[in-house]
Amino acid sequence: MNRNGPIALIFNALFLAFLLAPILVVCAVAFTPDGYLSLPTKGPSLRWFKAIGDNPEFVRAFKDSLLLGAVSSTIAIAVAIPAALAIARHQFFGREAIQALFLSPLMVPHIVLGIAFLRFFTQIGLGGTFTGLVLSHVIIILPFALRLILAASTGMDRSIENAAASLGASAWTSFRRVTLPLILPGVASGWVLAFINSFDEVTMTVFIASPETTTLPVRLFLYIQDNIDPLVAAVSALLIFMTVGAMLVLDRVYGLERLLVGRGRD
Amino acid sequence: MKGGMTMAASTDATTSTTTDAAPSAPPPVRTGAGWSWTPYLLSLPGLALFAVLLLVPLLMTALLSLNSFSFYGGIQDVWRFDNYAEILADSYFHEVFLRTFRIAALVTLLCALLGAPQAYILRRMKAPWRGLCLLIVLGPLLISVVSRTLGWALLLGSTGLVNQGLMALGLVAEPIEFMYTETGVVIALTHVLVPFMVLSVWASLQRLDPQVENAALSLGAGPSTVLRRIVLPQIVPGILSGSIIVFALAASAFATPAIIGGRRLKVAATLAYDEFLNTLNWPLGATVAILLLLANIVIIVGCNRLVERRYKQVFE
Repeated sequence: MNRNGPIALIFNALFLAFLLAPILVVCAVAFTPDGYLSLPTKGPSLRWFKAIGDNPEFVRAFKDSLLLGAVSSTIAIAVAIPAALAIARHQFFGREAIQALFLSPLMVPHIVLGIAFLRFFTQIGLGGTFTGLVLSHVIIILPFALRLILAASTGMDRSIENAAASLGASAWTSFRRVTLPLILPGVASGWVLAFINSFDEVTMTVFIASPETTTLPVRLFLYIQDNIDPLVAAVSALLIFMTVGAMLVLDRVYGLERLLVGRGRD
Repeated sequence: MKGGMTMAASTDATTSTTTDAAPSAPPPVRTGAGWSWTPYLLSLPGLALFAVLLLVPLLMTALLSLNSFSFYGGIQDVWRFDNYAEILADSYFHEVFLRTFRIAALVTLLCALLGAPQAYILRRMKAPWRGLCLLIVLGPLLISVVSRTLGWALLLGSTGLVNQGLMALGLVAEPIEFMYTETGVVIALTHVLVPFMVLSVWASLQRLDPQVENAALSLGAGPSTVLRRIVLPQIVPGILSGSIIVFALAASAFATPAIIGGRRLKVAATLAYDEFLNTLNWPLGATVAILLLLANIVIIVGCNRLVERRYKQVFE
């Protein structure tokens, strides 16, 4: 009886169709050869993907997004590794409070963070700068990096480190040669997840981006507010393809279910 | 915001196994035994970053909400609760907040009705299908909200596929107006947030031993009795904590209501955005933001407490 009946299978099919429909429609419309929104019934064309390359604003926003994602994920990882090691293996006063603080950006609506950063950066003269974007993104993606590194450093075998220490390795050597390689899957997946979250963020970034320094989702959002044409479908399709690519890598390396649910595959 | 509150349970497991010596310290010093600076030094970069870049900006926003604004003079340095009084008194703001919570409640209900059965169906699937379906369900979480909402704008337009399909089937004579309506926003937001519900129910189903179901069946219970008496009580906490996540995210959603709802159908988040970037009344925008933050904290912390107390035995 532990098998799905026909009604359950139909429900499942409809549910998956509901989830996939808008994504597939965007990808289909992106390949239209026409100058207006339509499905590519006369065969696919790359016309609108080429048009992205001719739009310097989208190209620059795309480059800025990639750089922003890479820089802020790297900083987030660098901050999260020592914090995760402290939380995972030390009992100390304020440990729970520190962990709650590091995870708190998950609880604050991004619209509130956007407003808070806009106010803060305008006051200290970082308004509309790339530095401001990096700093704010580090805050919102750090919880994702921290969770994965925390899980990796909690599960690892400590006796190898103790062996390294007893054989005379310094703390730094032991970290570099023993600890880091052991938690590397968590660190790498944390970096990718942080990158995806930075790359996709729009609600907070729309407040702190300036016309000169902006991200691709923000540029896309502002464009869609004015008009919807095949160009935005092509940009969206590009974003979807990139995410699916990153997702497949993550699924191979770490397991998507483990990544999102936070437990093993079995 | 992704996966917001599910981590509370998974990180609790880290509290054990931390009593032995810190490997990063020189061997003779055993940090488990006495006071040590090591954990504080390790978390110092993060603490400094969060103090300056999270607590200070939020505090400044709270202070900004007490300032006043005049069209010619800009932001005035006064410290009063005038903006809060204005929002409490003005029926326009009532309407916006009411609409926000109405949409959030509907989205939560739909997510529970769709997500909980889907999680149960997923769990009963066999190996290759289960992984594939789970990938399709969870994958959209990682795709940009703007892309996903654009898909709905394409589907729901007056000449979109949904209306074309409905008219071809003869179900409606004229295209239904989805764009710039609450119905459209609810559909698109349900799509954006339902994976969180599946995740949450899925996590609670992991604790359910399939043998218990088999035992009930072998003792003569019908499938519907098993569902009602065995499965449902186990997944109710999952549905409730999923509902908290979905409601909080729906109430503060921005990009989807902005694109599907347009400029006229305002919710709290798009209202704050307009006050900041169009009207330039920053103090009022900050007030809306602070109210949204407070509502969020009350819902998340308050409901989590309630759920955990009511279903204590399930969480242990």
